[in-house]
Amino acid sequence: MRDRHVIIAALIVFFGVLTSPIWYARAAGTTARGPEPKLPETEKACVMPVEYMRASHMELLLTWRDDVVRRNVRTWTAPDGKSYKTSLSGTCLRCHANKAEFCDRCHTYAGVTPYCWDCHVDPKSITGSGK
Amino acid sequence: MSISRRAFLGTAGLSALGLTGKTALDAFAQQPPHEPASTPAGTRWAMVIDPKKCLEAGDCTKCLDACHRTHNVPAIDNRAHEVKWIWKESFEHTFPSLQTDFPPDALRDKPVMVLCNHCDNPPCVRVCPTQATWKRSDGIVMMDWHRCIGCRYCVAGCPYGSRSFNWSDPRPAIAQITPDFPTRSKGVVEKCTFCEERIAKGEPPACVAACKAKALVFGNLNDPESDVRSLLRSRFTIRRKPELGTRPAIYYIV
Amino acid sequence: MFMFEKAVVGSRRYWAWILGLLVIMGLALLAYLRQLSVGLAITGLSRDVTWGLYIAQFTFLVGVAASAVMVVLPYYLHDFKAFGKITILGEFLAISAVTMCMLFIFVDMGQPMRVLNVMLYPTPNSMMFWDMVSLGGYLLLNAIIALVTLGAERKRMAPPTWVKPLIILSIPWAVSIHTVTAFLYNGLPGRSFWLTAILAPRFLASAFAAGPALLILLCLALRRLTSFDAGREPVRKLAVIVTYAMLLNVFFILLELFTALYSQIPEHVEHFEYLYLGLHGQATLAPWMWTSSVLAVASLVVLLVPSLLRRESWLAVTCAMVFASLWIDKGLGLIVGGFVPSPLGAVTSYVPSVPEVLIVLGIWALGFLMVTVFYKITLSVREEVAAS
Repeated sequence: MRDRHVIIAALIVFFGVLTSPIWYARAAGTTARGPEPKLPETEKACVMPVEYMRASHMELLLTWRDDVVRRNVRTWTAPDGKSYKTSLSGTCLRCHANKAEFCDRCHTYAGVTPYCWDCHVDPKSITGSGK
Repeated sequence: MSISRRAFLGTAGLSALGLTGKTALDAFAQQPPHEPASTPAGTRWAMVIDPKKCLEAGDCTKCLDACHRTHNVPAIDNRAHEVKWIWKESFEHTFPSLQTDFPPDALRDKPVMVLCNHCDNPPCVRVCPTQATWKRSDGIVMMDWHRCIGCRYCVAGCPYGSRSFNWSDPRPAIAQITPDFPTRSKGVVEKCTFCEERIAKGEPPACVAACKAKALVFGNLNDPESDVRSLLRSRFTIRRKPELGTRPAIYYIV
Repeated sequence: MFMFEKAVVGSRRYWAWILGLLVIMGLALLAYLRQLSVGLAITGLSRDVTWGLYIAQFTFLVGVAASAVMVVLPYYLHDFKAFGKITILGEFLAISAVTMCMLFIFVDMGQPMRVLNVMLYPTPNSMMFWDMVSLGGYLLLNAIIALVTLGAERKRMAPPTWVKPLIILSIPWAVSIHTVTAFLYNGLPGRSFWLTAILAPRFLASAFAAGPALLILLCLALRRLTSFDAGREPVRKLAVIVTYAMLLNVFFILLELFTALYSQIPEHVEHFEYLYLGLHGQATLAPWMWTSSVLAVASLVVLLVPSLLRRESWLAVTCAMVFASLWIDKGLGLIVGGFVPSPLGAVTSYVPSVPEVLIVLGIWALGFLMVTVFYKITLSVREEVAAS
């Protein structure tokens, strides 16, 4: 086996690359426990039950978006009868005021970058000048 | 598997029809958006502008400052990329068909406020391929910045130059972001939306509220007692390029 | 089925050409990534001139794509046997041209990721919706036709009978794709330069001159570079088509000039004034427009003198002149001329930026790559058939 050294070196590199997710996660400190979004202190219930929001908050937001923009309908009534103003910055962020500690926790964990924030303003991010 | 080609194609065709049929029917059976009771049925919003009152106020920019601040309109230095919802234009450029060699002193070289005309028959709505811009039942030509693909066909379609495109991310050029109204992203077209979010709360448009000279009057054309109707009854007004059949909702008192 | 394996066997010269095209495409991709990240601000476009080189290329290439009908119609509808060997070349040119069209529209969009909104929210009153439908349909049509006929040729059989109706359909469809493209422009009440009924006929005339001119050049190149010889007669007949189409096109331009310059309505005159003489001190496009006119007249002179055309070099130069003249007229003058002066009377110069030109070159390179690969496959299939 003339090429033994090359083969062994290549095998080491290969297995290193194959197991790299393990080393990367170790180094970054992320665990398999999942994201831990910080829940709001004052309110205990969101506009919809937690299970629905976890799975389908995007659907709700899209309904709200089309209601406001395309149908000029600015309030929404939940199945439990309570009515809310359809606004991301105004209603959602009123309770979930800290986007970085709530929204971003799960989004970063899942590797999702919703483009809502290209336009919609997170009130906490305004310091006085743009950006 | 022994299936004849004819049978296969027949099954495939029926399956395709079954999968796409409902979507196609939905698309062509579009329901008109229904509006809430807050907008009285049969409203037609319009604005009457009195350039003379505007000129008397001098170098005032209160209306455009208010509009651009309320709606996070970026202030871009480069004229090629500027974004503006309401601005001053010369009388000759606003009304090119009224070109005259001897203009009256009152209007010679003096600026006139121009904005989206919220036409009754808007060419921009006719050409938009995604219905990202459409005409509401209350007359406002509205924009959906989520759906706009940035093709700029509406910009080509507008006979008045009322629309602006975001050539780059506008946020760096916004001095002070107003948090309760979104900014826009790069790559979409924007224009005046008659402050529909303020009208929904019963407030007049920002420019109208900011104008100290009361040069901008906003109201419902379908209400014979409204301010706009009484102005139209008593004063001679013109609109921009009426010969094009767009039927603008912005009237100028001359 | 697609016989791509035939395209990966080639001479050194063939691979050098492919490599060159890939390099240009790579640079263009880098420029486009920058455009995606920064926005269309990196182009030379402005608030007044919102469409430029990208949309102009799309408009020009829809014409080239439609011109396949100029070989398909005589052969399939009128049994003009001379075009038998080159109909497939015309169809492959059409496929490449339509692909380039769609790419040019894609790179022009501010939010390209949302392009499917045009299909998700169909808008029958928008000409852009119909443009996407007709271009997509034409691409599909020609892809099926070319694939099936080439496959049949390889098997030394006649093509299946069901492909004939598709070929006949492609004839009015070709006319419709360019008519719809003209409708994009000539229904806009605010753009007086485009608001003319003769725009669609002008588009078709220039298409039927530019497309066959390019096809002639491709046939001459194939004769030089490969063993494929289309023959004297098809090329000569194509030149006749180019001549008549170019005559019509120049005639139409003169008609437009008469209407504007005789009526002397400022709204109509100003656009021509800007293009040919300049307005408010800005005459960026004047040298280009005059070059286009000179090239058009010069090419017509040669085309109308039969003895000159017999020399292949003269024919090649003339076709190049026709193509260049029409490219300037449609691929530059038409679009920018419509936007200057603006609805508010402003004169804004448009000069494409370096990244913009790179992206344009990259898409052209992709088109040439597609034509190269398709023609290589066709020629290999024909060599294979001839050898046996």
